[in-house]
Amino acid sequence: MDKLSRPLAFVAALGRMVLWGVQETGTLALFALQGIAGILYPPFYWRMFFQCMVNIGFLSLPVVALTALFSGGVIALQSYTGMAQYHVSSAIASIVVLAVVRELGPVLAGLMVAGRVGAAMAAEIGTMQVTNQVDALRTLSTNPIKYLVSPRLLAATLALPFLVLIADILGVLGGFTVSVIKLGFSTQGYIAATYNAVTSNDIIVGLVKAGVFGFIIALMSCYNGYRSRGGAQGVGAATTAAVVSSSILLLVFDYLLTDIFFAK
Amino acid sequence: MNNSVPKIRIRGLSKSFGSNHVLRNINMDVALGTSFVVIGGSGSGKSVLLRCILGLMTPDSGSIEIDGHNILTLPHRQRIAKLQQIGMLFQNAALFDSLPVWENISFALLSGQHPDKNKVSRNEGKQIACKILEQVGLNSSVADLYPDELSGGMQKRVGLARAIAAKPNILLFDEPTTGLDPIMGAVIDGLIVDCVKKLGSTAIAITHDMASAQRIGDQAAMLYKGELIWQGPANSLMDSGNPYVDQFTHGSRHGPIKVELK
Ligand SMILES: Nc1ncnc2c1ncn2[C@@H]1O[C@H](COP(=O)(O)OP(=O)(O)O)[C@@H](O)[C@H]1O
Ligand SMILES: [Mg+2]
Repeated sequence: MDKLSRPLAFVAALGRMVLWGVQETGTLALFALQGIAGILYPPFYWRMFFQCMVNIGFLSLPVVALTALFSGGVIALQSYTGMAQYHVSSAIASIVVLAVVRELGPVLAGLMVAGRVGAAMAAEIGTMQVTNQVDALRTLSTNPIKYLVSPRLLAATLALPFLVLIADILGVLGGFTVSVIKLGFSTQGYIAATYNAVTSNDIIVGLVKAGVFGFIIALMSCYNGYRSRGGAQGVGAATTAAVVSSSILLLVFDYLLTDIFFAK
Repeated sequence: MNNSVPKIRIRGLSKSFGSNHVLRNINMDVALGTSFVVIGGSGSGKSVLLRCILGLMTPDSGSIEIDGHNILTLPHRQRIAKLQQIGMLFQNAALFDSLPVWENISFALLSGQHPDKNKVSRNEGKQIACKILEQVGLNSSVADLYPDELSGGMQKRVGLARAIAAKPNILLFDEPTTGLDPIMGAVIDGLIVDCVKKLGSTAIAITHDMASAQRIGDQAAMLYKGELIWQGPANSLMDSGNPYVDQFTHGSRHGPIKVELK
């Protein structure tokens, strides 16, 4: 009896964890469905949507632009030191453009937005939850998920591809600037090599990734904010959870999408 | 008017959180056009009672009838329609802090819940909001401020303005005077009485402020350990003859109510 109880306790603990995981996933999925349904069925809160668009798409531009610019430059520098012996300038151009368009653009823009916008979304909705503003919405016959979550989901999903497009351009520009000014490559040669290396498919897949990342960030941030309980401390915890969970999920989905689209 | 069916009738209402039995077998009737005050200590379940009526919480058992229809068993649409007739003033006012005062007030109107018209434009909404602001004793210059720029008393007034904007026929108040000085408390009570009268609404107010209870209420009840242990006219609160109510109303340390220090 005693010998069995230890492994049994372990199995029970494992079972509890699995159940908890299933329940958590189910709640999140239901939340996501309600959020999407809110986009599809009227009324849609356009005013809220435009505010979110400006906040996510426009106000994130400086952060994303700087990140992309320097990342592109760093890649040019690093790949040059790695390949200085071969003297192949075209290789550097193609490394820069592919790295930026396929991976760095979407991932870095996504992580920056997760930190900047995700935290703010979770904090705002969390504060509304713990100060009864979400309940107040209900008493004014407004579905809080439709009002708060749906516009954010749509805005983030649309704004991120736009941000990534800018990040792509600036990342390549960063690599170009370093290569031409610091490493002394020819302008025409670098541009030609960039054009030859990148395909429209690379760009499109990068933008699709961006849309998925935007959805993930908004979903995790709204979800964690919406579930906040227990005052300022609860809101703080929700904000942290929002940024951490959306960043990790973003990287997981980056791998999955890369595996689907690029791996042969 | 038909006074035989109470506007709100609650029967056998119970709600527990785990082993914490917050409401046990609550029965109360609120007649049309009257105000009902529920008094009780902190944590006695007053807010939970209002949340159940508002449909923000589902009770474990019992019924809540509005105009004779149990809102807990009504089909979704009809239930929403019933709940739309309720205006609520939250304990901390719960104003939307991302919206200016006027948009807080006309929130329900802008989303198409005006009783007389279908949808109100933003311009009209602002005009209506200014009128309601006057009604609660605020200058219309307040309309463009944000909630965090207002004092506690002003927030309560704006909360009241938001609650009455769609002309609800039921009004609920959660500790309307808590956190205000006695004079401001009296002013808010006065406004509440005016608004309720003007709309001809039926009201439930919960409070632990005796002066407030007597100013607002026609009928009163005391909630203690999840049960309504006394009901009677609000003006008999101070001499109810019930030892619990007496201790509470006189704020005495001695009596049947033992203060639990957790
Ligand atoms: N959502 C909830 N989950 C668990 N317990 C709750 C919840 N809401 C209220 N309670 C408990 O119900 C009791 C009554 O709370 P409340 O109605 O807010 O008291 P008050 O009379 O001061 O308004 C408290 O013990 C509180 O802990
Ligand atoms: Mg309360």
